[in-house]
Amino acid sequence: MKAAQNIVPFSNDPAKEERLQGIIDKYKEEKGALIPVLQQAQDIYGYLPIEVQMAVAKGLDVPLEKIYGVVTFYSFFNLYPKGNYQISVCLGTACYVKGSRKVLDCLQETLNIEPGQCTTDRSFSLDTCRCIGACGLAPVMLINDDVYGRVLPAEVPEIIAKYQ
Amino acid sequence: MADVTIKINNVEYQVPEGSTILEAARMANIHIPTLCFLKDINEIGACRMCVVEVKGAKGLVTSCVYPVADGMEVFTHTKRVIDSRVKNLQLLLSTHNRECLSCVRSGSCELQSLCRLYDIREDSIYDGEKPKYELDGSAVHLVRDNNKCILCRRCVAVCEKNQGVGVIGPNERGFATNIGSAFNMKLADTSCVCCGQCIAVCPTGALAEKDNTIEVFTAIEDPTKHVIVQVAPSVRAGLGEEFGMPIGVGVEGQMINALRALGFDKVFDTNFSADLTIMEEANEFIQRVQNGGKLPLITSCSPGWIKYCEHYHPDMIPHLSSCKSPQQMFGAIAKSYYAEKAGIDPKDIVMVSIMPCTAKKFEIGRDDQAANGVPDVDYALTTRELARMIKRANIDFLKLPKEGVFDDPLGKSTGAGVIFGATGGVMEAALRTAVEKLTGKELENVEFTEIRGTDGIKEATYNVAGMDVNICVCSGTANANKVLNMVKSGEKNYHFIEVMCCPGGCVNGGGQPKQPAEVRNFVDIKALRAKALYDLDKERPIRKSHENPDIIALYDDFLGEPGSHKAHALLHTSYITRPMYNDPKSHPVKK
Repeated sequence: MKAAQNIVPFSNDPAKEERLQGIIDKYKEEKGALIPVLQQAQDIYGYLPIEVQMAVAKGLDVPLEKIYGVVTFYSFFNLYPKGNYQISVCLGTACYVKGSRKVLDCLQETLNIEPGQCTTDRSFSLDTCRCIGACGLAPVMLINDDVYGRVLPAEVPEIIAKYQ
Repeated sequence: MADVTIKINNVEYQVPEGSTILEAARMANIHIPTLCFLKDINEIGACRMCVVEVKGAKGLVTSCVYPVADGMEVFTHTKRVIDSRVKNLQLLLSTHNRECLSCVRSGSCELQSLCRLYDIREDSIYDGEKPKYELDGSAVHLVRDNNKCILCRRCVAVCEKNQGVGVIGPNERGFATNIGSAFNMKLADTSCVCCGQCIAVCPTGALAEKDNTIEVFTAIEDPTKHVIVQVAPSVRAGLGEEFGMPIGVGVEGQMINALRALGFDKVFDTNFSADLTIMEEANEFIQRVQNGGKLPLITSCSPGWIKYCEHYHPDMIPHLSSCKSPQQMFGAIAKSYYAEKAGIDPKDIVMVSIMPCTAKKFEIGRDDQAANGVPDVDYALTTRELARMIKRANIDFLKLPKEGVFDDPLGKSTGAGVIFGATGGVMEAALRTAVEKLTGKELENVEFTEIRGTDGIKEATYNVAGMDVNICVCSGTANANKVLNMVKSGEKNYHFIEVMCCPGGCVNGGGQPKQPAEVRNFVDIKALRAKALYDLDKERPIRKSHENPDIIALYDDFLGEPGSHKAHALLHTSYITRPMYNDPKSHPVKK
């Protein structure tokens, strides 16, 4: 487990805060409130940074660790925001044997983030995914809706540059 | 509850309906092995060590959570069962740091003993990728080594359910699952209260206190140091277990003799300063009652509880007694009164304390705990560390004389001081003194039995000098939380509250000898150890703190009155509001 090199600064706004509080108040007394509250909190903020998890912990009177345990258990929950450009590298079998790991490594190096994270300027986020059904183009990566097939690691900086 | 008839290994038994197979087998004198199971708080059937065969059931069932049913046929040691347990152990070992030779738990490790029990010879057949975890030694009282963790979650259960703290839990999932704190914070940066209950229940060497035995041996050898030791009441109720004695056998005499044999210059008793605490605390209570001070007054002997209050209920700090704990009072008096009497520079005194507690390691480093310009206490060792010292010094503990006397002038104590170690003991001791002071009459019966026993929350009302005094005694910080919330909401109107951080009080402290889950689940350890203390109380010729002749002399010669200026300077302290988390900045990667 490595700490992120870049931490996207959390920007709260009162309207979001109010919405979150409303959700907490709605579920507060219910058993099993944690997951619906976290889902809806993620809808508001796009991710679940420590500030949001702390607010949920306080609101539901649940230890922060318990929340963090749930957030890190389910892949649905994000600890980091998504960037304007969401990069997804396929690590499915076909892509993997065609070298998508090296493509991913190269992306990590170029963007200086780990899978799951987002650059500090929020322009790029990096994720891995399983088969997207384009095995004939392996290795494949997606940047938002743009599909890149037969990607060579050496091409990565060039591709990224198009979006900068 | 009605009985049901079941067969265990073809033998018929009547067992209460609703029992689990594990409990039923126990009644038939069959001890099914467990690892993750902790009665009431961790019944998750996760480790699958307790699997048994049930006729007609699809697979093996986990006996710890599987209820019996009429006509059930159970088999507890078939080849299938044993093969499964062996495989489970081998799988646990595949990621386990197997360096038993250097492990603090070697010899008392539950995993190790099961491996021997099932004759595991191939401990590496499932070895593959091994996670490498950094040790977390950030907290002053313990070290977590997740390379030895088997993910049983016993520590998680005590922390959340008994203590209401919940600063550790399982993070990530699958192979990456690890026990840690939110956002992978270091334990020291969380609101951990240092109670050490997690250590007490850990089956392996994944959790252990920070060991100070070498430092103490070194100090004893240093001719320029005057090394004195104080021993908390509960230590004598637990220490024998480390040497194979039954639970609940008091070993005061052997303990004193062992400490002398270790080479301490003076062997003193924390019971003495427990009596002193009562003098100050009873006085504080009377002052608050008579002068309209903040009530309820809440005891402050338990450093885990104090830290809990500072993190979780800082608004209640004004209610805390300003009295230092007996450990700290002892150090403050040893390095002033005793130093003066013995003609020793306080800087040359090394004050060692033996405590049933790991939070005491935190307490010695708190602010405002160095009354004489030097720390009141230099090393706080757990009961387990003392046992390690005795063993390392090759002392045959079991053969030591049962008679032993503490040194003067800080060794005499009353029955009131002894019972500090059991939940309700501090309150009872305080009442013995406060009631006599308030009424001016001698108590006919010094035993306040209503507040004895191991219930988590106890209440009583005593009419003292025309005033109804509402008392509450609680142990386990989860219970303390309940009590404080009732006080805040106005639901309860108490005058005096005793809080002990650990369930059952110090006898069940996080620094006490470890008992395997097999014992914990079926024996009330805290009640047995408490009985040893109440027995000692009964034997003491003096049972009220204010009648301790050495305490009287201490006030006459040195302190003046309880609550005097000098007493305040030496024996009282202050508290701070603590945040729940220290500046959490690093967001870790989620896999």
